[in-house]
Amino acid sequence: MTEIRDVDVAELRHLVSERALKGETMLLNMGPQHPSTHGVLRLMLELDGEIVVNCIPDIGFLHTGVEKNMESKTYQKAEVMTDRLDYMNPIGNNLVYCLAVEKLCDLDVPLRAQGVRVILAELTRLNSHLLWLGTSGLDIGAMSLFLYCMREREMILDIFEMCSGQRMMTTYIRPGGLWRDVPVEFEGAVRDFIELMPRRIEEYESLLNENPLFLERTAGIGVLTYENAIRWGATGPIARGSGVKFDLRKERPYMGYEQYDFDIPTRTEGDVRARYLVRMDEMRESLKIIRQALDKLPYGPVRSNNRKFIPPPRSEIGVSMEALIHHFKLWTEGFNVPKGAIYTAIESPRGELGVYLESDGGPKPYRVHYRTPSFAALQLMPLLAKGHFIADLVAIIASIDIVLGDTDR
Amino acid sequence: MTESIQPALNAIQERFGARAQTFRGETTLHLTPGRLVAAAQALRDEFGFGRLVDITAVDYWPQEKPRFHVVVQLYNMTSHQYLRLRAALDGNAASLPTLTGLYPNANWYEREVWDMFGIRFEGHPDPRRIIMPADWQGHPLRKDYPLGYEEVQFTFNFDEILKRKPHPKE
Repeated sequence: MTEIRDVDVAELRHLVSERALKGETMLLNMGPQHPSTHGVLRLMLELDGEIVVNCIPDIGFLHTGVEKNMESKTYQKAEVMTDRLDYMNPIGNNLVYCLAVEKLCDLDVPLRAQGVRVILAELTRLNSHLLWLGTSGLDIGAMSLFLYCMREREMILDIFEMCSGQRMMTTYIRPGGLWRDVPVEFEGAVRDFIELMPRRIEEYESLLNENPLFLERTAGIGVLTYENAIRWGATGPIARGSGVKFDLRKERPYMGYEQYDFDIPTRTEGDVRARYLVRMDEMRESLKIIRQALDKLPYGPVRSNNRKFIPPPRSEIGVSMEALIHHFKLWTEGFNVPKGAIYTAIESPRGELGVYLESDGGPKPYRVHYRTPSFAALQLMPLLAKGHFIADLVAIIASIDIVLGDTDR
Repeated sequence: MTESIQPALNAIQERFGARAQTFRGETTLHLTPGRLVAAAQALRDEFGFGRLVDITAVDYWPQEKPRFHVVVQLYNMTSHQYLRLRAALDGNAASLPTLTGLYPNANWYEREVWDMFGIRFEGHPDPRRIIMPADWQGHPLRKDYPLGYEEVQFTFNFDEILKRKPHPKE
């Protein structure tokens, strides 16, 4: 399908300064295979000595055509692809997709399913923040932190495995509820984890907060001002690090987030350190939410009883002809979704994760578009990187917490 | 839910001839492509829709004409409401004025729409492909672009399919 052709320099001329054309600055390629780009991100850098004059991100190395593929699958099958987008937030990807399908079909979600969804979504946030903390520490030289973070992350992955049989690509949240109820050991495992975690967060902080090397590498680096955060539409910890008090869990609550008491941590400095502190506080807030959700978790069904959309339980199939017909119809043809288009968004660990879902009335989505937070955040790179050293660039990439699967889709 | 954005809806409908549509509590304003930027400017400056959330497109080929709809998602940071703008475009080489002058983050979203649907944005500062390679032919998310698959080989047609299978070039 494609022919390999040489890059026409004239196409890239508008991206670099006049000085590059005169040979005063150097163009350097960073990535796509680079340990500090958190995946396959390529940055074209224009350098004056060691100072970044221009930074041009080049993405698409992990493009898998998920949106196109989802158009050819039924709603249930398409969901499996969503896990693979942001592989640090699979539960969040499932959740936003299911919320969209539920909104289109006007499906109800039982209270127990809502509570479990919140617990799992917050555990995923911790999971994502832990990996971010470990790898961004690694990027600026805090080696041992990575191992500690992985140790706690393993506990979260064990909980996911206990529920769904999978550590990462769970597809546990389904339209209308959950795949099945959580096992009896679930509550104990989560309680053990939230008991342990506050001490562990203090441990991480004792390694970093007062560390002069860490302070020097992060304070005043990659500053995003309040005005720019608004103008560029930043969301998530990046916006909150710049003083924008915005969190979709508070502003447009979904899945009963309005009944939980939690704060939105914000900082005004807008630098790498502010984003670090915001994420550390967010981990504590997540623990608070998990504790409340566990205390409030009601007993009851975990799947909607609407048989036109939700397959009947296995036990009914052997005794009820109608259940068998529904099961067969739902797993072959799928369910027909009313015609229309909607946009739903949740607060993922990285910011606003939205899905634009359009149905033409058939069993397959007509158009699915993921508005991914990494894609939006990576746009800020040229703005944040200007005037910093290459070594600081690594800290900036780490602080905007990109997942390339999320960016390229 | 939509009361707080009602003044904005009325004004845009009146001034730009938009058509409002509500579905599941979400409001969409249908506009002509030429008026999209002016309407977005009014929404941003007068009604506080200061954050561009997303730009995407939908292809209705072959059943509808005009075939493309460009979908713009805006968010109001004070009343916390979403508003969607839609503009219908026709033709194989459709084009639309850019929103980058109003919202700087429209840059990448518009590049993605160009890459995936082949819709040009006039006046865009960096009109390159973003996700597909620079020398890619075609626009993958169009409905007339094939999904692609691998033919299954059986014993009776193994060699026949092997002949037309793509192989890595030496």
